[in-house]
Amino acid sequence: MIANLAFYLFSFILLASAVMVVTSRNPVHAVLFLILAFVNASILFLLAGAEFLAFILAIVYVGAVAVLFLFVVMMLDVDFAAWREGFQRYAPIGALVALVLFAELAIVMAGWTVAPAASYARMFPTPANETNTVALGSLIYTSYLPLFQLSGMILLVAMIGAIVLTHRDRKRAKTQNLAQQHARKPEDTLVMVPAKLNEGAVLPEKEAL
Amino acid sequence: MNAFFETNLGIVILTLLESLALIVPLLIGVAYLTYFERRVMGAIQLRRGPNIVGPFGLWQPFADALKMLFKETIIPAGADRLLFIMAPMITFGLAVVAWAVIPVNNHWAVANINVGVLYLFAISSLGVYGIIIAGWASNSKYAFLGALRSAAQMVSYEVSMGFIIVTVLVCVGSLNLNDIVLAQRHLWLAIPLFPLFIIFFISGLAETNRAPFDLAEGESEIVAGFFVEYSAMSFALFFLGEYANMILISGMTTTLFLGGWLSPIPFAPFTLIPGVFWFLFKVLICLFVFVWVRATLPRLRYDQLMALGWKVFLPISLVYLVAVAGVMEYFGWLPNV
Repeated sequence: MIANLAFYLFSFILLASAVMVVTSRNPVHAVLFLILAFVNASILFLLAGAEFLAFILAIVYVGAVAVLFLFVVMMLDVDFAAWREGFQRYAPIGALVALVLFAELAIVMAGWTVAPAASYARMFPTPANETNTVALGSLIYTSYLPLFQLSGMILLVAMIGAIVLTHRDRKRAKTQNLAQQHARKPEDTLVMVPAKLNEGAVLPEKEAL
Repeated sequence: MNAFFETNLGIVILTLLESLALIVPLLIGVAYLTYFERRVMGAIQLRRGPNIVGPFGLWQPFADALKMLFKETIIPAGADRLLFIMAPMITFGLAVVAWAVIPVNNHWAVANINVGVLYLFAISSLGVYGIIIAGWASNSKYAFLGALRSAAQMVSYEVSMGFIIVTVLVCVGSLNLNDIVLAQRHLWLAIPLFPLFIIFFISGLAETNRAPFDLAEGESEIVAGFFVEYSAMSFALFFLGEYANMILISGMTTTLFLGGWLSPIPFAPFTLIPGVFWFLFKVLICLFVFVWVRATLPRLRYDQLMALGWKVFLPISLVYLVAVAGVMEYFGWLPNV
């Protein structure tokens, strides 16, 4: 009973914040609502008994991806009101695209049948007396190892691609050579000058430095 | 009585009581950590530190708290009011919530969940939101610069912290913090994983925005960074959150590397001392190092900070993880799951 109530509460918050992502005028507020939606999705995973996925979702999406997203949106200072100017003109095309996507989804869903054996297994996401961290680990690192490695490689390539596209060699920028800095010794730059009382120090010639 | 605590209402009441039993000592600990820091820094810098209010200055934290309470909360003109007020609450709330899974003695945790490490890591990675929201909502350039610095810094150091935690998990074979401590009965993980222990602690300094990584505050260039516009209780909440986070990172270091509540000397008179004492003792030593570092080291430059995180800590922790996993697989030391 309580689990059901919690499910409806958090799904309501999830849907409400998802709507707010699209409708809020301030882009930063929109991103914050997106984060709220992520958090609620993670709580729904917890309620479904998938605690590993729940916390990974929180760590990866809320803790890293959304931070960078928020970071960018805060810096961009986009005027979203200006973007909405052509809304009425483009609304029919947008509606058409949405309709096509929805129809495709409906066709796929209608044609999707689940074998009786599979539908039984679907009720028990993890084998009994095994935590789902262990279950996921033993699946990913044994049966699906090549696929797992392959997805890792794809991400690596994507990362390198992003760096190559955005990296530019700044010729005029001053950079520091750490090794050179560490190799500096006090004797290279510093001369101790003994100062006599009431006379002060006599500075050595510039060449002596 | 026991039967009552197994009904739904009983569980709720029991959890509330347990949380209270954790949060009240934590808040007192945070208050006295500020006093501890000022006294230790005083001693290191050949000063006296606070010693006027009460015996040895022991009432100083309460005097500070009262002063903060009676000051006026000022909200800047261009600020996003709701987010401005929410930011310190988020920071402080997350710092307290994370304590739910830390075991202070055998099975003494409010929630002994089987993915405790992930919970801790998730909560500590959320901590950046309090800071970044505060920086943006203040509508001030100094606050915003501080927030951006802090966001980039925390995300960078989390990566190597994540790899270090994974290495610990490879050695222990469980995500439950209680199991992690019990696995260190014979050998603290700080000994075989010594370089990682040091890197974890340094990353913890960066994660809590403490000196020498306190660029988010950087008094000398951006005034006070992300909380420049905050005053009175909202400022106090940030302050308390920072100190609660320090205790949390010390607690994490203790649990993951220093054998948690286990006695460091494993025979009779020492094992009879309650585990809570040993836990607090180890946390206190970590906190002393936090203060010691702050009083000793100058602040890093921002590019040095980023270079240290990405070019030194990340490769070391990654290679160490692969090496540990390889050695354990070769010798058949991997724990049974």
